[in-house]
Amino acid sequence: MSDWSKALSRFQGGGAADGETASGNRGLQIEEPLIFEQGADGRTGVDLPQPPAGDRLGGLARKGGIGLPGLSEPQVVRHYTRLSQKNFAIDSGLYPLGSCTMKHNPRLNERMARLPGFGDLHPLQPRSTIQGALELMDRLAHWLKELTGMPAVALSPAAGAHGELCGIMTIRAALEARGDMRQRILVPESAHGTNPATAAACGYAVEAIPANDRGRVDLAALKAKLDGGVAAIMLTNPNTCGLFEDEILEIAEAVHRAGAFFYCDGANFNAIVGRVRPADLGIDCMHINLHKTFSTPHGGGGPGSGPVVLADALAPHAPLPWVVHGPDGFRLVEQVDAASGTEGTIGRLKGFHGQMGMFVRALAYMMSHGGDGLRQVAEDAVLNANYLMAGLKDVLTPSFQGPCMHEALFDDRFLKDTGVTTLDFAKAMIDEGYHPMTMYFPLVVHGALLMEPTETESKESLDQFIGVIRSLAERTRQQGAAEWFRQAPRFTPRRRLDETAAARKPQLRWRPPATAEAAE
Amino acid sequence: MSAIKFTEEHEWIRVEGDVGTVGITDFAQSQLGDVVFVELPAVGRQVTKGGDAAVVESVKAASEVYSPVTGEIVAVNEAIVDEPAKVNSEPMDGAWFFKVKLANPAELDAMMDEAGYAAFVDGQH
Amino acid sequence: MRYLPLTEADRRDMLAAIGVPSVDALFRDVPQQARQTTVIDLPPHQGELEVERALSSMAAKNVAAGSVPFFLGGGAYRHHVPATVDHMIQRGEFLTSYTPYQPEVTQGTLQYLFEFQTQVALLTGMDVANASLYDGATATAEAVTMANRVTGRRRAVLSGGLHPQYREVVETLARFVGFGVDAQPLDPEGTEDLAALVDGETSCVVVQYPNFFGRVRDLRGLAQACHAKGALLVVVVTEVVSLGALTPPGEMGADIVAAEGQSIGNGLNFGGPYVGLFATRDRFVRQMPGRLVGQTTDAEGRRGWVLTLSTREQHIRREKATSNICTNSGLCTLAFTIHLSLLGEAGLTRLAAINHGKAVQLAERLAKVPGVTVLNDSFFNEFTVRLAKPAAPVVDRLAERPIIAGVPVSRFASGHDDLLILAATETVTDADIEALATALEETLR
Repeated sequence: MSDWSKALSRFQGGGAADGETASGNRGLQIEEPLIFEQGADGRTGVDLPQPPAGDRLGGLARKGGIGLPGLSEPQVVRHYTRLSQKNFAIDSGLYPLGSCTMKHNPRLNERMARLPGFGDLHPLQPRSTIQGALELMDRLAHWLKELTGMPAVALSPAAGAHGELCGIMTIRAALEARGDMRQRILVPESAHGTNPATAAACGYAVEAIPANDRGRVDLAALKAKLDGGVAAIMLTNPNTCGLFEDEILEIAEAVHRAGAFFYCDGANFNAIVGRVRPADLGIDCMHINLHKTFSTPHGGGGPGSGPVVLADALAPHAPLPWVVHGPDGFRLVEQVDAASGTEGTIGRLKGFHGQMGMFVRALAYMMSHGGDGLRQVAEDAVLNANYLMAGLKDVLTPSFQGPCMHEALFDDRFLKDTGVTTLDFAKAMIDEGYHPMTMYFPLVVHGALLMEPTETESKESLDQFIGVIRSLAERTRQQGAAEWFRQAPRFTPRRRLDETAAARKPQLRWRPPATAEAAE
Repeated sequence: MSAIKFTEEHEWIRVEGDVGTVGITDFAQSQLGDVVFVELPAVGRQVTKGGDAAVVESVKAASEVYSPVTGEIVAVNEAIVDEPAKVNSEPMDGAWFFKVKLANPAELDAMMDEAGYAAFVDGQH
Repeated sequence: MRYLPLTEADRRDMLAAIGVPSVDALFRDVPQQARQTTVIDLPPHQGELEVERALSSMAAKNVAAGSVPFFLGGGAYRHHVPATVDHMIQRGEFLTSYTPYQPEVTQGTLQYLFEFQTQVALLTGMDVANASLYDGATATAEAVTMANRVTGRRRAVLSGGLHPQYREVVETLARFVGFGVDAQPLDPEGTEDLAALVDGETSCVVVQYPNFFGRVRDLRGLAQACHAKGALLVVVVTEVVSLGALTPPGEMGADIVAAEGQSIGNGLNFGGPYVGLFATRDRFVRQMPGRLVGQTTDAEGRRGWVLTLSTREQHIRREKATSNICTNSGLCTLAFTIHLSLLGEAGLTRLAAINHGKAVQLAERLAKVPGVTVLNDSFFNEFTVRLAKPAAPVVDRLAERPIIAGVPVSRFASGHDDLLILAATETVTDADIEALATALEETLR
C-alpha cells in the first residue's frame, strides 16, 4: 500500500463513515486519531538539553520502554484543537444543565490565578514568602462567611462531594465529643446521589424522607423519623426540584429539637446568594461549590472546590489546615496542638491547603460582582428560570405549581403516547445547538427534565431557546415523531453511542493493534 | 414436576428436592434494560431469605438480587458472567443465577405462584 | 455589571410575562424572617482593572518560586510547563464544558480522557487507569478503601516513608469509615521492614516510590510478601516524572498505583488544584473509584467514547457506591495529557534523566558543605540531608536571601528537627546550586 492510501485508511481507522467523504471528515468536523496512532520514534514536542551524568537510582533504572508516542508541537496543537471542536461548552451556547449552574466563566479569573505570586507558589514555602496567599484565603473565607452568615469556614475540600464528606465528618466528631453515638442520617428522595453515598461512607445508615405533593420535604414524615438515633438531615435548598423548602425553619427546629444537625447541600446556592443567608435558615453546615455559584470553570468535570461553612458547634472540628491571623501576620496551623485549639479537628482531608487556584478565581468573581452584584446574580438567575417556565409551561408539563427558584423542573407527561422519551427529546435539542438539560433527575418525578439557564443568559438567548423547545414539543405530536426523535442527534461528530457494548466489554485504554488482537 | 415460586423483588425460585434454582423474572430484566454485568456469590456462602446474594447491572441501573430463601449456595451460573446478555434473552431458564440448598423449605409457602406473580406485576402498573 | 446581560427593560418585560409584579414575588417561598432585605455588608462591584490591581498586590506579597533559587519538593514539584499546555487548556471548549454526560457533544473531552487513561496505565505499568481523582493524597485514601473492598479486610499498613499528609488523609478516612491503620513512624533512614507486618488481616500495604525522603527501593519482595498473605500492594508516587527513569510499580507487582500527577503539565498553585492518578489491574476494575471512559461505536459504526461502568458511581449506586466522588480533575488531566503528548517517550525519559542528573549534582555539591550529610543511598530528584543545626530556622534564614531551600521534616512531625528534604528539577541551574551551597555554608557556620 502506498503511503497516501495508508494515510487515508488511517483516517478511517475508527471504522469511519458512510462514504460521504473520502476522509470521513465533514467540513469543520475533522476525524482525529488517537495520539498513539500518530506518533513516530525520534519525534518530540520539547527540546531538552543533554542530561548531566549520574546514576543513583538504586539499581532500579527503567529497563523497557514506556510506549508513549512521539509528536511534534504542531501536531499536538492540532490534535487538541480538533478535539476541542468536538465539545459543547458554555462559551459556545446555552447549557441548561439543572443543578450544575453552567454560568459564564470570566477570563479575568483565569488571568488572576496565573499571576506568578499565586500560580507559581509552592504549598510548603516558608511562611514569610506566602503571606499574600494566606491573605487571599482569609479574604475568601470572609466573603463566604458574610454571604452565608456562618461563623467559620473550612476551605480545603476539593469538590462538593468532598465538602459533604467534610461536613458529615465534623457532625460525627461533634456528636462523639458529646458522647452521643447516633446511627442514621435522613436524606430526601430528591437528593443528589452524593448525599447518601457520603452518609454511607461515614458509617451511617441512610433513610429516605419522602417528598410531599408540592415537591418539598414531607414535614410530618420527617418528624416521624426524627429521634435520638438521627445524627443529621442532609437537605438541598433550594431543592433539586428547583423549589425553596418553604417549611425550612420548621424543619430546622424539629431537627435541632431531636439533637441532630442540619446539613445543607449548597449546590443550589446560586439561587439565593445575597438574598438569603443560610445561617438565618437554621443550617449548621453547608458546602459551597465554587465551580457553580462562584463561576470557577467546570473544566470538563473538574477540578472543583467545595468549602464548607460551619456553625459554632461544628467549627472546632474543622479539618486541617487552618489559616490563622496573628499579630505577626498569617500562619497555617497544620498539626493538632492544644495551643491552636485544634484538638477537635477531624484531621486532614486533602494534601496541602485546598484548591488555591479555585480560591483566586472565586474571589476575583466575588470582587467583580460585589455584595450588590451577587444579590443581582440570584435575582436574575431566578428571573431567568421563571421566564423559561412561563414560556414553556403550556407545552411541557411542569411538575409543580408556583414560582421556581433558579431551575425549572418538568416531567415527561407531555410525551405521553408520543413514543418519544425524555432522552430522545434531549438528543433532538443537541441538533438544535443546545446542550440538553439534566435528565431523569431528580428521581421524584417521572422522566425529569431539569433546566437551569443561570443569570448569564440574555433575554434574547432565552427567547430563542423557548422557541426551539416549543417547536420540538410540537414535533413530538407529529406523525412518525418517535422514529424521528430516536434518530437524533444527526449533526454531531458522533451519533448515539452504544453504551451497552462499552459496558459489556470494557475497553478502557488503547493497545497497539497486534496486542489488541492477541487479547481477543 | 418442580414448583416455581416468585418474590415481590422479582426473583423466581424453582425447587427440586432440597435445592432451589434462583433467577430474576422476565419483568425484572425488561425493567433493567440491557444487562451488562452480573456478580454472583461464592459457592459455599450462607445466604438468608431477603438478603443480598448477587448483583445485576445494566448501563443505567444496578440492582441487588436477593435470595428468596435461607440456605447455602451450592452452584452459580458462570455463563451469565461471561455473557450478561443471556439475562435479557433467557431470564427464566438459561440465565439462572445460583442454586441454593434450602435450610427451611417452609419459607416457600408464603411466596407467590405463577398466577399470583402475574397479578402482582399487573398491579404495579 | 459586565457579566449580567439583562437590562432593566428586560427585567420588566420578563416579570410581566411571568405575571408577577416584582422579583420579590418569585422569592415568596422564603420565610419572611430569613429574607435579607438589604445588600450584605461587602464591598460593591468593581471593574476588571480594580480587581486586577487588588489581587496583584496580594500576589506581590508572595515570593514566586521561579523568582529565586528553588529546591522544594515534598509532594509538589516545580517543572517547566510548555507554553502550548496553558494555551490549549484555556480553549473555551475544554475550559467551560461540563462532565461528558452527553457523549455526542463531548467527544473531545472523552477522547483526551481515554488517551490520559492509557498514558497513566503505560507510565505506571498497570493494566488500567481511571480518569483521575482529586489529588495524590485522596487517591491514596481511595486506594486503601478499594483494597478493603477487594480483600474484605479492614486493616492497612502504611510505610513510614509515605508522605505524612497522605498518611493523615488516610487516617481521617479510617476514623470515620471505620477501618484500621497501622502507620509506621517516619523512616528517614530507610530501615523499616514492612513485609514482617503483613498478616491475614492486612488489606494492603501502602508504600511510596520514591519515598517521602527520596529513597528508591525495590518493591518486588514486598509485593510477594503481600500476595502470599492475600493482601494488596498499593504504591504511591508523588513525583510522577520519576517514572520516566525508574522501573514502573506495575513491573514490581503493585496492585494499585495512586499518584500525584501535578508534576506533568500542572503548576504549583500553592497546593491545588492537582490531579490524582489511579491505576490498577484489570481484575479489580469494577472495584475502582472514579470515572472511566471506554471505547465503543456510534449508530453509524464509527469509533467513539463514552463514560462507562458508571454503575459503580454515586449517582446510580447512591449509598452503595464505591466512593462518594463526583468530579475528577478534568482540566488538570488535560494539562497532564497535553504535556505528556509533547514530551513523548524521548522527552519524558530525557526530562527524567535531567532531573536525576541535577539532583546528583546537588547532592554531590551539598556533601561538600561542612555540617551537611546526605542520608540517601538512592534517590530520583529529591533527597534528605542532616544538618548540623535545626533545619526550620535555617530554611527561614535562607528565605531572607532569598533562597527557598527545601522543607524541614519538622514541619510534618516532631523529632526530626535536623532533617531537610531538597529537590532539584530541570529548572535548577548550576548557579542556583552554587548559591544554595554557599548560603548553607554561611548559615551553618
